[in-house]
Amino acid sequence: MKAGAVMFAVFVVLGLLGPWLAPYDPTHVDLALRFLPASGAHWLGTDSNGIDTLSQLLWGARDALVISVCVVTISATIGLAIGTLAGWYRGIVDEVAMRIVDILMAFPGILLNIAIVATVRRPGLGVVIFALCANGWVGYARVARGQVLALRERDYVSAARALGASGPRIMFHHLVPNLVGPALVQITFGFGAVITIEAALSFLGLGPQVDYTWGAMLAQGTAFLWKAGFRTYVLVPGLAIAWVMIAVNLVGDGLDPRKRGTL
Amino acid sequence: MSLGSFLLRRLGSGALAILGVTVLVFAFLHLVPGDPIDHLAGGEATPEQRAQLEHCLGLDESAGAQLVTFLGHVADGTLGHQCPDPEHKPSVAARIFAVMPYTLALALAGMLVGIVLALPLGVLAAVRRGTWVDTLASVTALSGIAVPMMLFASLAVLIFFAELGWLPGPTETGPLALLLPAICVGTHLMAMLSRMTRSSMVEVLDEDYVRTARAKGLPESRVLFVHALRNALLPVLTVAGMQFGSLLTGAIIVEKVFARPGLGTTLLEAITERDYPVVQGTVFVIAVIYVLVNIGIDLAYGLIDPRIRVR
Repeated sequence: MKAGAVMFAVFVVLGLLGPWLAPYDPTHVDLALRFLPASGAHWLGTDSNGIDTLSQLLWGARDALVISVCVVTISATIGLAIGTLAGWYRGIVDEVAMRIVDILMAFPGILLNIAIVATVRRPGLGVVIFALCANGWVGYARVARGQVLALRERDYVSAARALGASGPRIMFHHLVPNLVGPALVQITFGFGAVITIEAALSFLGLGPQVDYTWGAMLAQGTAFLWKAGFRTYVLVPGLAIAWVMIAVNLVGDGLDPRKRGTL
Repeated sequence: MSLGSFLLRRLGSGALAILGVTVLVFAFLHLVPGDPIDHLAGGEATPEQRAQLEHCLGLDESAGAQLVTFLGHVADGTLGHQCPDPEHKPSVAARIFAVMPYTLALALAGMLVGIVLALPLGVLAAVRRGTWVDTLASVTALSGIAVPMMLFASLAVLIFFAELGWLPGPTETGPLALLLPAICVGTHLMAMLSRMTRSSMVEVLDEDYVRTARAKGLPESRVLFVHALRNALLPVLTVAGMQFGSLLTGAIIVEKVFARPGLGTTLLEAITERDYPVVQGTVFVIAVIYVLVNIGIDLAYGLIDPRIRVR
C-alpha cells in the first residue's frame, strides 16, 4: 500500500512538473536525430521523427494525468450523484437510472468509447474525456446506490429525518460522506482503467491526436519493432503504464477491506 | 423459477440491453456533428452524387426513420448495406460474418488460455498460502494486470517470432498462428482469474465438507479439484463471463498487432473509412455476442451449483 502510494505520487509529480522537466519540445521534429540510442544529450534516445523520448514520456505523463483526473472526477461526481438519488428516492428514479446502468454494463465499455471518438475526425483531449465519461460513471452509480439503500435504514438517518431535515440535506450531509470510503477504492482503480483505455484508444489511432501520449508511443514502438536498436523504445511507455497500474492496484487493494492482505 | 421462464426473462432483459446499446450508438453516430458524405464522396463529388450517397445511407430521412430502417435491417439479417454501390458490395452482415470466426476463435482461445493458466496458479497459491509460491503467484497476477496488452503483444512477437522463430507471427492465420495472439489476449484474464481463484479457494478450503473429504481419506488431488475447486469455481466463472467483453476488446488490440482479420480490424477500417453502417453493425454484433455469452454464463451456474437452479 505504502509502496503503491509512493509510486502513484511519483506519477502525479511527474505529470504536474513533466513539461518543465522535459529537456526538449515533444513536438520538435529533427530528422537528422532519428532513432538515436540513449546518450547524455538524450537520456532515453530519440524516436522515428528525432523527437526526444524522455520529453515525450514526461509530456505523456501530463496527458495521462489530465485525462485520468478529469475522467475520474467527472465520472465519480455524476455516478455518486445518480446513485445517491436512485437509492434515496427509489421508485421511478431508481428504475430509470438502473436500466441505463444495465444497458451500459451489458456492453464492452471500450466499444462505446470507440464509437464516440470515431464520430470526430481529429479527437482532442476533450472528446476523449467525454467518451470515457460516457460510461465511466456507471460503476460509481452502482456502488453509491447500494450503499445508500443500506444507509437510509440506519438510525442516524431516521433521526435526521425526525428532526425535520430535508432530503437533499440528508443526502449531502449524512449519506455522501459515508460513500467516500467505498468510492475511494473505485476511484483508485479508476485511474488505472482510464489510463489503460486511453492508451488503447491512442494505440488504435483513436486517441488525442498528438504523438506523445503513452498509447501513441506504444503504437510507434510496435510499428518500428523490427528496427534493431529501437526495440527498447516500446518499453518506455509500456513500463510507464505498468508503473501506474501497479501503483493503483497496490493502493486500491490496500484501501479495500475485502482484499486487505491478499497481495 | 423454471429454467424456461428464467431463460425467457434473461433473453428479454438481454434484448432490452441490445436495443438500448443500438439506440445509444445510433445517437452518437448520427447526432454528433461530422458529415460521412464528405469522406465517402470526396471533394470533387457533384451535388447529385452527394444526394445519391445521402439517399443510399438513408441520411435524407429523419433520425427516427433511420433508426427504424436500421432495426428493419436487423430483422432481415442484413444489418444494412454498404454505400455507394450497394448492389455490388456484400451486405454489412456478410462482411461482419466473414471475419467473425477469427475474432470468436481468438477470444475463446484467449479465455481457454486464461482459465487453464489461472486455475492451477490460483489453487497452488491458496494451498501454499503465505509461502513464496503464493507471493510468486501474486506477482505474476499483478504483472498480468499491469503490463499493457500492447506491450505484451509486441514483446511476444519480438521474442517468439522474430528472435526465436518458434511460433508464426503477424498476418498468418493458421491454427498454430492463433497460439501467440491467444496467449496475449488471455494473460490479462489469467491475472484476474488467478486472484479470484485464490481468494475463492482460500474460503472454500476452510469449509467443513473439505475437512470431511480429507477425513474420509480421499487423495489430496481429489479433495482439491473435485470437492474444493468445484465449489470455488462459481465466482471465478462469474468473473470469466464478465471478462468476455474485455476479451473481445482485447482481441481488437491483438488483431492490430498481429494484423489478423477480425471484428476489431473491420471496426477500425470502417471507422477510418467513415463507413457508419459497418461501424453500427459491428458494434451491434459485438453487443449481441456479449449479451448471449452472459446468458450462457447464467445458465452454466446451474450446472455447477444445483442450489441456483432451485432458486
